[in-house]
Amino acid sequence: MEITLKVYRFNPKKDDKPHFDKYKLELREDAVLLDALNEIKWKFDGSLSYRRSCRHGICGSCAVKLNGKNVLACKTPLKEAIEDFGEVLIVEPLSKNREKIIKDLVIDKKDFWDKNKKVKPYLIANIDEHPEKENLVKPEEVEALENADYCIACGCCFYACESIRANKDFLGPQALAKTYRFSADGRDEAKKERLEFVDKLGIGVWDCVKCQACIEVCPKGVDPFTKITHLHNQIFEEGVAKKNVAAKHAEGFVHSIKKHGILDEGMLVLYSEGINVARHLPEAMEMLKKGKIKFPWNMPKSEGVEEIKKLVEISQTHELKG
Amino acid sequence: MKYALYTGCTAKESTPELLKSTLLVAKTLGIEIEVLNEASCCGAGHLQDFDEFLSLVINARNICLAEKRGLKMVTLCNTCQLMLENTKRKLDVDEKLKEKVNQKLGELGYRYVGNTKIQHFLYAILEDIGYEEIAKHIKRPLNLKIAPFYGCHIIRPSKTHDGDNLNENPYKPNAIENLIKVLMGESIDYPTKLKCCGFHVDLQNTPVSEKLTSNILEDATNAGAEAIVTPCPLCHLNLDVKQRAIAKRENKDFNIPVLHLPEMLALAFGYSAEEIGLNHHVIDVKF
Repeated sequence: MEITLKVYRFNPKKDDKPHFDKYKLELREDAVLLDALNEIKWKFDGSLSYRRSCRHGICGSCAVKLNGKNVLACKTPLKEAIEDFGEVLIVEPLSKNREKIIKDLVIDKKDFWDKNKKVKPYLIANIDEHPEKENLVKPEEVEALENADYCIACGCCFYACESIRANKDFLGPQALAKTYRFSADGRDEAKKERLEFVDKLGIGVWDCVKCQACIEVCPKGVDPFTKITHLHNQIFEEGVAKKNVAAKHAEGFVHSIKKHGILDEGMLVLYSEGINVARHLPEAMEMLKKGKIKFPWNMPKSEGVEEIKKLVEISQTHELKG
Repeated sequence: MKYALYTGCTAKESTPELLKSTLLVAKTLGIEIEVLNEASCCGAGHLQDFDEFLSLVINARNICLAEKRGLKMVTLCNTCQLMLENTKRKLDVDEKLKEKVNQKLGELGYRYVGNTKIQHFLYAILEDIGYEEIAKHIKRPLNLKIAPFYGCHIIRPSKTHDGDNLNENPYKPNAIENLIKVLMGESIDYPTKLKCCGFHVDLQNTPVSEKLTSNILEDATNAGAEAIVTPCPLCHLNLDVKQRAIAKRENKDFNIPVLHLPEMLALAFGYSAEEIGLNHHVIDVKF
């Protein structure tokens, strides 16, 4: 099989700016992207730098960007890649932020590891270090983690996260999924502390933009976004949620749905923001002028809203405490 | 051809032009529309943060409304589409969860079965009508440079949309580009085409939301687009309603009209600005 690869090349110590090198390779039909990178390094250009280690999708070191998608090079069949992206495959580092590039496809993942460390990615429990018999975990206790323990810290989700692009403080999908991995573990004794940490505005669960990019790229099926949703739920269930604009916004939907069936957009913002609603005045005025705001007297309601109200009342599993 | 239309909340409130233009396009294409007026809000990607189970029950009921009519469920908003599809995918593979949800629905005489297809209007018309038939109705070729903006929830996660969005590659979708070309416009490529507008953190982290939207408006403008088109009314709120405020705060000078996807079709089909509801736009649409 002949493939064409365009590979990002940049040595910040020598080069003024990055460039792409093009390679035409002859590879086996079942070759993966890592085979192609090895072929280049071993046969064409020994100076190409990339990370690799286990070759089995476990160490997470060979994560790169392939035609815009963050992937593990060792788990990406070239045949499928060509089907998805066409004849020319473009390989880039996970981040093209110049400060992060060490060389070619190798980046400094310090920002990623710092966030990972912040959430204390280990079991916090007083355990007997010399137990007489094995500590067994029941299958249903493992199932509760919903594969959050599959994370190999490759960084694919972190460097695809849309929120991090605009908010360097956001913990990101990997650290949050890791938080859930322990907050859902019955043996862990720091659940509340963990939830209080990720409940903080600016860094935690409330700052996820819900772009779903983390689900799309995760090579291990961790589904970080859904873990973030579970964390939100745990925050409410454990009574950790503060009555701030974010928590009130999520809860406000219940009020609105019970009252109107469909949303009362204006009231939802007012309920969430309280007195700070005034900051939305410029946009509100624009909307008003253009007939985009409904008033209480012409606010549409779902037909049979009583039925919806009843359904919410019998189905709601908790309330906003505090 | 008949659709059960799940309008979502915005089409009935802050983006009335979306509902208006959708009905015009459906009429032209010979699609009968039955609006699901008994439907509730889908939770807009936030209700499930408060209560995941409640979100499933509410949306299962919404889906039941289309199932009861034996019609395809068609949405107008990316986030509605994702919320409903997520619910369907979860219930269809988990008998226990489905039963738990049906216990609640049963108290009101509903039963979720799982036999209705849920599609965004964009993909519904492409699948059921097709580009060729759509092209036959053109009365006013677009002749415009248009930047497609997909919005997240219609292309990601691809597994959730599998079979419902013509199997778009989330890194290389082409439905909107093709549609622009069919309507005789020019599709403009730009770096943030598949990125997020930040709408869902607009209240709790306004600077993030505004920064992400600003990037899109700036990139599309720099690429020479004369308009942006989006299938999502939530993206539209950020891109259109907030555009002036964002330009001011981010110190930018973009001023680019933003069309809803059905508006673009309605324009090409020859409907007037008034019929379409272009007067509801904050950034004037004058072509």
